[in-house]
Amino acid sequence: MKTTTDRVSLTDLRDQLRTYKESVLANLVMAGEIPAPTFSEHRRIEFLINRFIESSVSEVSVDDAGNGIGIIKGTGGEQGNGRAILINAHADTVFSEKTDHTLMVGKETISGPGVADNGLGFAVLATLPQILSELDIRFHNDMILLGGVKSLGRGNLDGIRFFLDQSPFDIVAGLCIEGIQLGRLSYQSIGMFRGEITCRVPESYDWSRFGEASAVLTLNEIINKINDIRIPRRPRTGIVMGKIDGGSSFNTLAKEATLGFEVRSESDEVVSSIETTFRNIATEVASKTGDQIELDIFAHRKAGGIPFEHPVVTQARHAMEQLEIEPRLAPSTSELAAFIDHQIPALTLGITTGEQQHNQLESIQIEPIFRGLAQIIGTLISLDQHYKTLQHESAKLD
Amino acid sequence: MNLQNWINDNTYHHSQFWDLKKLVEEKERQNLKISLCLPTLNEEKTIGKEIILFQSELVKRYPLLDEIAVIDSGSQDKTLEVAKNYGADTYLSSDILPHLEPKRGKGENLWKAIYQLTGDIIVYVDADISNIHPRFVYGLIAPLIYRPEVKYVKAFYDRPLAISGNVRVSGGGRVTEILVRPLFSLFFPELTAMIQPLSGEYAVRRDVLEQIAFPVGYGVETSHLIDVYHKFGMEAFAQTDLDKRVHENKPTVDLGKMSFGILQTFLKRTDALDKIHHTGHETLLRQFQVTKTQYEQNLIEIIEDERPPMIEIPEYREKFHKNKVSG
Repeated sequence: MKTTTDRVSLTDLRDQLRTYKESVLANLVMAGEIPAPTFSEHRRIEFLINRFIESSVSEVSVDDAGNGIGIIKGTGGEQGNGRAILINAHADTVFSEKTDHTLMVGKETISGPGVADNGLGFAVLATLPQILSELDIRFHNDMILLGGVKSLGRGNLDGIRFFLDQSPFDIVAGLCIEGIQLGRLSYQSIGMFRGEITCRVPESYDWSRFGEASAVLTLNEIINKINDIRIPRRPRTGIVMGKIDGGSSFNTLAKEATLGFEVRSESDEVVSSIETTFRNIATEVASKTGDQIELDIFAHRKAGGIPFEHPVVTQARHAMEQLEIEPRLAPSTSELAAFIDHQIPALTLGITTGEQQHNQLESIQIEPIFRGLAQIIGTLISLDQHYKTLQHESAKLD
Repeated sequence: MNLQNWINDNTYHHSQFWDLKKLVEEKERQNLKISLCLPTLNEEKTIGKEIILFQSELVKRYPLLDEIAVIDSGSQDKTLEVAKNYGADTYLSSDILPHLEPKRGKGENLWKAIYQLTGDIIVYVDADISNIHPRFVYGLIAPLIYRPEVKYVKAFYDRPLAISGNVRVSGGGRVTEILVRPLFSLFFPELTAMIQPLSGEYAVRRDVLEQIAFPVGYGVETSHLIDVYHKFGMEAFAQTDLDKRVHENKPTVDLGKMSFGILQTFLKRTDALDKIHHTGHETLLRQFQVTKTQYEQNLIEIIEDERPPMIEIPEYREKFHKNKVSG
């Protein structure tokens, strides 16, 4: 039996993990080919739950938000003081139900919609109980495996937030797993708000005003004004105008146009200030043009996280170092934010290399998966060791 | 034989066999060995996925398959390389029984699999299925494991539980509905109980495979049905609904070639069985329809009545002052 007190060579572990190639890739194919747009993840969660049951995970359930949950009980029992480490992979993808989700397996790569974000992360979560059980890797603390729903876009991390709000567990650390990129080490969340601005030409508009009544022109005015917002170099800040939609044909004046955007900053104050500016722009352009302008902000993240020296980051870096993975430090707007809101130190790690994320041709490399997987298990082993003895209060965020 | 009873008793949905643990236990109890044969020709896009899924789910997790073999007709792409990479046994069809004159075609690979593979049951699955899933194998094997009298299990692709209206037509592809079902209706009405006679996925016991001839081309599925029916009767068959199958659609001109091959095989068999001269005037076309709960045969009487040449009608001859042509 291998316990967490044993020193585990992560390079040996990586080599052992190669024997799970079929299991990981089969789970990736089977789960990844189930469409799971945000708010419709239930079939993918059902798959996860079945995998947990087949691997004899002791407690398996779906909570009221629709998250799939499996708990691998720690060996610490009462001594473990009910502590737990939460491993999370979001189940949803940016692709609609109608997208052809067929994945193609080549000799060195797998490609298809959502294979990287977050098909692979989800498949690894589904395979972890089997791997841990067969390699006899046991933990002192409980390990909670969470397939999170309603994470992306308008989901606004609702799944994981629900779980953390309701959780009876004493969660001391969180690990978010994403398909790509190997080396990603995110331990801080940046401040963010995300939403849509929709311009509508009112029904009562005087259509004899030739050429002026177009929602596209109004949206253009808004875009220009957003572009004029002065953003600071420090703290680092950015405005992403990511998608646009409007009009119906070449020769018809557009009655409606929508801009999808996201504003990110290392500072909550800057985020808040830009949000106020967005509201002012909407009001100003509405009064100037007479168009209806709706500003719908549906996602917020607070900036925050743990420092570089935090033991959770150190344990992950140590695992990466052993596996010769070059850490790439990058703040994140993903599930980390939900952990930060609950004062739980957490990380996001990537599993392999890949490209064309959020494109139908999204693809991942197969070979690096085993290093990425060893990194995740190695980090879990280290975190488990760390929290085995640490006093509860000092485990929390400052 | 009451065909509706046969359909009710021998038609399954793969979800009936979800308990793979139980299936493996029964397989082991019977000490059966099962081989999977994937016949290929330039299938590098789909072969890797098929092998990974079957290796992971039906070799390692639930050891239902004892071997997975790719038998290739001479692919020009990386089919064999990809297949080997994911752990399948790979064979060039021409290397098996090399002293025989080589023939090209899927049927050749299926036939050589009987020699090369060692299973008591061989399950054949086409390698071009893009939505591959373990059900494509266990759905076909299960009736053979649970019912010793069943010898040949054929796949079909449909889903009566998912329909929105009350009744809809069902059945196979274009060649099935236009060629094979009318031919079976005329000459082998019982075989019309097979919902998709041309589907490329089936599981068969070795002691049946070794006794039937194999056309190497398009006719192999049709000939199997006729020969197994002739030797063992309808009791030997079962069929399983495997839900949706996604593969590339063939253009009509290719279906013409396929139909021509099937027709040759069919005529050869009807001739050998002396069917053409001894078949009465069958006028029932047997198609399928699906209700919410079951498949039903839809019998349509089509009587191709004829009128004689007009010259034989006295009124005509009188009107146009013509004489009846003798002979």
